[in-house]
Amino acid sequence: MDTGIGAAVTRKEDFRFLTGQGNYTDDIARPGQAHAVFVRSVVAHANLRAVNTEAASAMPGVVAVFTGDDLQGVGGVPCGFAPDGGPMNEPPRPVLAQGKVRFVGDMVAMVIAETAEQARDAAEAVDVDYDELPAVVSMEAAQAEGAPTIHDLDDNSCFSWGIGDAEATDAAFAKADHVTTLELVNNRKCPNAIEPRAAIGEYDPAHDSYTLYTTSQNPHVIRLLMGAFVLGIPEHKLRVVSPDVGGGFGSKIPHYPEEIAVTWAGKQVGRPVKWTAERTESFLSDTHGRDHITRVELACTSDGEFLGLRVHTQANMGAYLSTFGPLIPTYLYGTLLAGVYTTPAIRCEVDGVFTNTAPVDAERGAGRPEATFLLERVVETAARELGIDPVELRRRNFIASDAFPYQTPVIVQYDSGNYEQVLDRAAELADYAGFAQRREEAKSRGRLRGLGFAGYIEACGMAPSNIAGVIGARAGLFEAAQVRVHPTGSVSVYTGSHSHGQGHETTFAQVVSDRLGIPFENVDVVHGDTDQIPFGMGTYGSRSLAVGGSAICKALDKIIAKGKKIAAHALEAGESDIDFESGEFRVRGTDKSVGFGDIALSAYVPHNYPLEELEPGLDEGAFYDPTNFTFPAGCHICEVEVDPETGTTQIVNWNAVDDFGKIVNPMIVDGQVHGGIAHGVGQAMLENCAYDEDSGQLLSGSLTDYCIPRADDLPSFHIETTETPCPHNPLGVKGCGEAGAIAAPAALINAITDAIGVAHVDMPATPEKVWAALQSAQGE
Amino acid sequence: MYEFNYRRASSVFDAVSSSDQSGDASYLAGGMTLIPVLKFRLAAPSDVIDLADLGELKGIRTENGAVAIGAMTTHAEVAGSAEVRQAIPALADLAESIGDPQVRNRGTIGGSIANADPAADYPAAVVGLGATVHTNSRTIGADDFFTAMFETALEPGELVTAVSFPVPDRAAYMKFPNPASRYAIVGVMVSQSGDGVRVAVTGAGGRVFRVAEMEQALAANFVPEAVAGISVSAEGLNEDLHASPEYRAHLVTVMARRAVAAAG
Ligand SMILES: Cc1cc2nc3c(=O)[nH]c(=O)nc-3n(C[C@H](O)[C@H](O)[C@H](O)COP(=O)(O)OP(=O)(O)OC[C@H]3O[C@@H](n4cnc5c(N)ncnc54)[C@H](O)[C@@H]3O)c2cc1C
Repeated sequence: MDTGIGAAVTRKEDFRFLTGQGNYTDDIARPGQAHAVFVRSVVAHANLRAVNTEAASAMPGVVAVFTGDDLQGVGGVPCGFAPDGGPMNEPPRPVLAQGKVRFVGDMVAMVIAETAEQARDAAEAVDVDYDELPAVVSMEAAQAEGAPTIHDLDDNSCFSWGIGDAEATDAAFAKADHVTTLELVNNRKCPNAIEPRAAIGEYDPAHDSYTLYTTSQNPHVIRLLMGAFVLGIPEHKLRVVSPDVGGGFGSKIPHYPEEIAVTWAGKQVGRPVKWTAERTESFLSDTHGRDHITRVELACTSDGEFLGLRVHTQANMGAYLSTFGPLIPTYLYGTLLAGVYTTPAIRCEVDGVFTNTAPVDAERGAGRPEATFLLERVVETAARELGIDPVELRRRNFIASDAFPYQTPVIVQYDSGNYEQVLDRAAELADYAGFAQRREEAKSRGRLRGLGFAGYIEACGMAPSNIAGVIGARAGLFEAAQVRVHPTGSVSVYTGSHSHGQGHETTFAQVVSDRLGIPFENVDVVHGDTDQIPFGMGTYGSRSLAVGGSAICKALDKIIAKGKKIAAHALEAGESDIDFESGEFRVRGTDKSVGFGDIALSAYVPHNYPLEELEPGLDEGAFYDPTNFTFPAGCHICEVEVDPETGTTQIVNWNAVDDFGKIVNPMIVDGQVHGGIAHGVGQAMLENCAYDEDSGQLLSGSLTDYCIPRADDLPSFHIETTETPCPHNPLGVKGCGEAGAIAAPAALINAITDAIGVAHVDMPATPEKVWAALQSAQGE
Repeated sequence: MYEFNYRRASSVFDAVSSSDQSGDASYLAGGMTLIPVLKFRLAAPSDVIDLADLGELKGIRTENGAVAIGAMTTHAEVAGSAEVRQAIPALADLAESIGDPQVRNRGTIGGSIANADPAADYPAAVVGLGATVHTNSRTIGADDFFTAMFETALEPGELVTAVSFPVPDRAAYMKFPNPASRYAIVGVMVSQSGDGVRVAVTGAGGRVFRVAEMEQALAANFVPEAVAGISVSAEGLNEDLHASPEYRAHLVTVMARRAVAAAG
């Protein structure tokens, strides 16, 4: 069976997952561990008059109860990004509330007991005296004149940021024949990883060192943030382990206060301290995603040439800044507003706003779904208003395939792409030509059929560190790898990337086995433990293969280069005469060769070895810092049928063509696209993270209220890929993990609005909203 | 959950007398409602009496023109029963529409009606088919059983043993499910039998209710159009994240019309 690059190898990690042998944080039981439960604020905004822990401390099994007072010496939770380096209001976020709570779920106290159940009992006995303040839940309320302020600031503003040339954009609008305007809400989501967050903090007095087991997508980032910025633990005394992690979708990127609390408390109580979130706790305290209110205007000529785009967005930050909160609605958003089009002038302004809600951070796509949604909604709406076929309008404005590298008016430079080819193929797959007939047929059954397009582009492969620094990231965004060839030629690969469902153990092993010409089974991938892996930045932003895989390739190049030297010695040839192919080092033009395994053995048993020039061993590390983002792009076409009596939407067809560059494992790519589309459909039709406007209570705090998509909500997908290799990384790969979630919402809402003939329906387009839109359209 | 004593009853008598002795016991059937309620710490019974071993509460029998279903019969058993499917296909359809496979394999008809969730499906069957509820001490007519949201005519400690559904001439159930929980946002059971027409609505209000105006119209002429123009008032209907009272009222008419059409 082919297991090389391009083969649909079944995932090697699935054996342990499917047989219940995965090792998740909650599966770990440390000797002597005690259990923590957090007392969380039940109100959205209040001063704390008192937190009385006496009764709780006396409860059976209680080991300790801590409040904000106990943690006064401990730093707050840091933020990792300020747009352009500031100015930005960056109020402190204490680990446990210091005198004030700012959202329902804010942590007030930590109860540690022998069992989790005892800790729960005692947590109920913690008496919190809230002096309630009016809550500001919506961004509108937060920005109203005289609104109560959440922090010690003049108002609830976090930042005001802009990108693009305002004057040029105004000038474009001044000469436009037509302006299409939309007011859009990008609804707040809960990422809902199936594995809830969990953490175990442990202190080892013998070595004066700490270990944190945590459900993180990026253990080294957590080690750096918590060690250096919060607890003051040097790196060599702090180990962070992210074992198997059951989904993240962005919610396991940030550094959370619970991680700090258990690590700190582990030392205080002299025992490992473990916490696992319950589902409702996850809804309350995981970071949420999206939550924008946007006004978008597109200026065109009468024949549909885009002249300018103007965007104003309010972005909800929640009550505190999460690690990358301010990055998402700024540089991961505004820079994507050119989309796949030649719009020459773009201006985007974003206001970050604090509210009494859970912190908002990255969720699958992070900024790019929001950008794509508004852009593809406004393009489709412009097509309808101008009476131009939506395919034709897009075609007229595409960046031509020979125009790369293409400099957009919003900083980024696209490296490669062929958008017309992708659209043409998608339209063919979707039988766009036959749509009118299908619509008629549906009508005869009393159904309204609609079709919606979404072209998209995303910036992945995060990120060139120099650019990241300029725009305000407080970290580099390279990746690291170590390739350790063992004496008999099997290989362990240590990567700074982290797999929480993506299948890296398979994909990365395919790359290594392909490059070294050794069996796939001879390669294992190790990730997630800062004591084992080199300092790397983790997994998010569809970066793992593009950046983490590139680091592995660089290390492999070093392995092969060293192997050639060893082989030259063994084969008594010049190093420059050695070729490496299919696992053999060969003297060019001869039949003299030596296998990879033999070279590995002689590196570790260097009896016949150029010891004067070369160290023994075959073990190489590399860091890779990308020179640019990668730019996957694609086109998704969604076809729906709406039942006009109930407003129910059924997705009947989903066709997509994506360009992810080179593909290592097409089966895994299909799975990522399927999951991504499901994610986007969830946002567009089903998921609604809702707070009560007055009280700030989370209304959608369980899975019986918050609807995540299930198999029967989705059709079978017809997806294809085209391949424009990324020109600047060694594998030519671009990234595929977020594409579906980026494209799907716009495609779906375009289809629904097409079906029912209205300008817009806000997400999630629930049956009632669709029905109400139909009612008011009929009323008109 | 809070701590409680767990017991497994050996007979209906044992279950009821254990409950009487405790004074603060909960019966455990499929646990699909009780266990989450305990986990959320919303209830703290001193004793939980498990009905799992009570074979006398399980099974489906057709006799005297009625289908009698034991209280501990699961939704999956009702949905999969050839007897039910033949006698009252609407009832099998209803059971099939409940929740997901896991819930259908655990949840029971007795637990469902005793719990009287305003969005549960079985109440529409009980009232819409004019069923009789049998308990350890008496029988209760369909129209008297559901008294308010999460409240029934059951006395403390009273145990549902079976529900018998008279076989109608025709009947159908139409459900508009909550997308998240798959409970009914609105579910309508329509039936016609020698005793007349019944239209029972679940999900829309605080408890299952009948729509007299629709029943009269259908008694005169059992065709979908007969109910198409009849709507219930939105006032007092449920309101949540998923549906407003107005939308629910609208759905009652749509589901009723579709149920009549399906009943044929
Ligand atoms: C995810 C999910 C989805 C669901 N979807 C639906 C749906 O779509 N439609 C629907 O109708 N229901 C739905 N349910 C409810 C489910 O079908 C069960 O009917 C319901 O949970 C109660 O039945 P049970 O057997 O599990 O009872 P339990 O949870 O064991 O008991 C419920 C209550 O009834 C009492 N009780 C149980 N048996 C008796 C008895 N014989 N006599 C007296 N009292 C008794 C118990 O003491 C308890 O108070 C759903 C549940 C879940 C968890």
